[in-house]
Amino acid sequence: MTGKERTKRFLLGALIPVAVLVVWQLAVVNGLVSRQLFPPPTSIFRDFYDMLMSGELPHHLGISVLRAMIGFFVGGGLGLLIGLGSGLYKRAEQVLDPTIQMLRTVPLLAITPLFILWFGFGELSKILLIAMGAFFPLYVNAFLGVRNVDSKLFDVARVLEFSRFHQLTKVVLPAAMPNILLGVRLSLSTAWLCLVVAELMGADQGIGYLIQDARSYMRTGVVFVGIVIFAVVGKLTDSLVRLLESRLLQWRDSYRG
Amino acid sequence: MTATALEISHLNKTFRTADTSTHVLDDIHLSLKKQEFVSIIGPSGCGKSTLLKIAAGLDIDYEGQVQLNGADVKGPSKEKGFIFQEHRLFPWATVEKNIAADLSLKNDEVRHKVDEMIELVRLKGFEKAYPKQLSGGMSQRVAIARALLRSPQVLLLDEPFGALDAFTRNHMQESLLDIWRQNQTSMLLVTHDIDEAIFLSNRIVVMDARPGRIKAVIPVDLTYPRNRVGVPFQQLRTQVLGALNHVEAEDVSYEI
Ligand SMILES: Nc1ncnc2c1ncn2[C@@H]1O[C@H](COP(=O)(O)OP(=O)(O)O)[C@@H](O)[C@H]1O
Ligand SMILES: [Mg+2]
Repeated sequence: MTGKERTKRFLLGALIPVAVLVVWQLAVVNGLVSRQLFPPPTSIFRDFYDMLMSGELPHHLGISVLRAMIGFFVGGGLGLLIGLGSGLYKRAEQVLDPTIQMLRTVPLLAITPLFILWFGFGELSKILLIAMGAFFPLYVNAFLGVRNVDSKLFDVARVLEFSRFHQLTKVVLPAAMPNILLGVRLSLSTAWLCLVVAELMGADQGIGYLIQDARSYMRTGVVFVGIVIFAVVGKLTDSLVRLLESRLLQWRDSYRG
Repeated sequence: MTATALEISHLNKTFRTADTSTHVLDDIHLSLKKQEFVSIIGPSGCGKSTLLKIAAGLDIDYEGQVQLNGADVKGPSKEKGFIFQEHRLFPWATVEKNIAADLSLKNDEVRHKVDEMIELVRLKGFEKAYPKQLSGGMSQRVAIARALLRSPQVLLLDEPFGALDAFTRNHMQESLLDIWRQNQTSMLLVTHDIDEAIFLSNRIVVMDARPGRIKAVIPVDLTYPRNRVGVPFQQLRTQVLGALNHVEAEDVSYEI
């Protein structure tokens, strides 16, 4: 794609969002909608700028990202390990998979009240919720990845006398990598979603807290800032994993990146 | 060419399922001398791949004896290089990493040997290419290099050039001869191409189907490199064809 074409595509894609912002701004300025409920984009941007400069936004964002990361690493890490384990060993699958599939059907939002009852509003219940959300996508995809390994390549590994360790690192993991990375992407987005839920249920720090707090004081602009931050960070992490995918999976025939 | 590398004797193989049993190999005797090139030719389904897998130790469920250098074959090992019909390269690894496989290219000795192999199979300049960027012939050469790097006593090849076009196939046969003469590895090649068998081997083993047994062993006493259009080549072709036709004629009578 040439630079010119890229600019053109960007402009085309930006057409609707920009139009919406302009109409919104004009509608508020002309008193057509309530400034209280729909603060004009310029004032939202000012809120954003003020919160950024005061350090309020970086502080709460840092807390949120940390929570999401811990939850993701705990839950996603376990999902990856157990998924690989059940993929590799039939026995592990027979023991673990039925239970995990059963738990998977329980809607996460339905257990949040239980978590709050058990662990209160503290960090533990939040991180557990996030970890639980992050667990399943990685579990399912790691498992699938292992099961999709071409058995013909195992024959090759046997003929070349690969150790158990090399069978894992040189055959299973690379072959399962496309699925694992897909699992990482899904787990990250679920972790982020669970973070929003966890923080909106009750928190004294984090972007979710910022939103709740602003709501009770009718600072609608701040609510908008919080929502946009949630969206942007979610999108950024997704792009990061996709970048990782394009570097790690360049060997793939079908890859078009 | 006196010492025996691979010795197969009284080999019988039966595939059993719950309610069927297929006798695939019947009392096979076959010995491969050191530095010898033997081809196995026979109708499809006669058990050539099965025989090769047993020789490789990939299949150890059989009756009879398979020995390499006088020791029983108990499983697959680097001493028995195996080239599959499809190249079976690791798609995520570059040419050099495929050849190194479980060895580390950071090791100087490995690096040196890999470069040597790349030279041998004439793939210089493609070290960093991925399998998807290679042609069928090139991929198969990488697979051969991967096997040879481990200095096998025998190289077992299961229709390695079957999927290639005629031109590439001829070229690969010449490369294989080159490699064989430089490396002095014993070769056991399964093929369905009569010319390929004559062009390459010291002996041609003709197999019969249902059950698979050895019908004829035809020595090829021509000097290398062989002239595919010469009279002796033609005569051998007639001889092998005769043995094969004999097999197929019997095949027909089985079916009546
Ligand atoms: N895993 C298996 N289970 C049952 N039968 C098999 C199996 N593998 C091969 N066979 C049978 O053994 C016979 C020989 O197969 P194969 O060795 O692949 O023949 P070839 O390589 O000569 O074409 C065929 O009839 C095939 O159906
Ligand atoms: Mg076969």
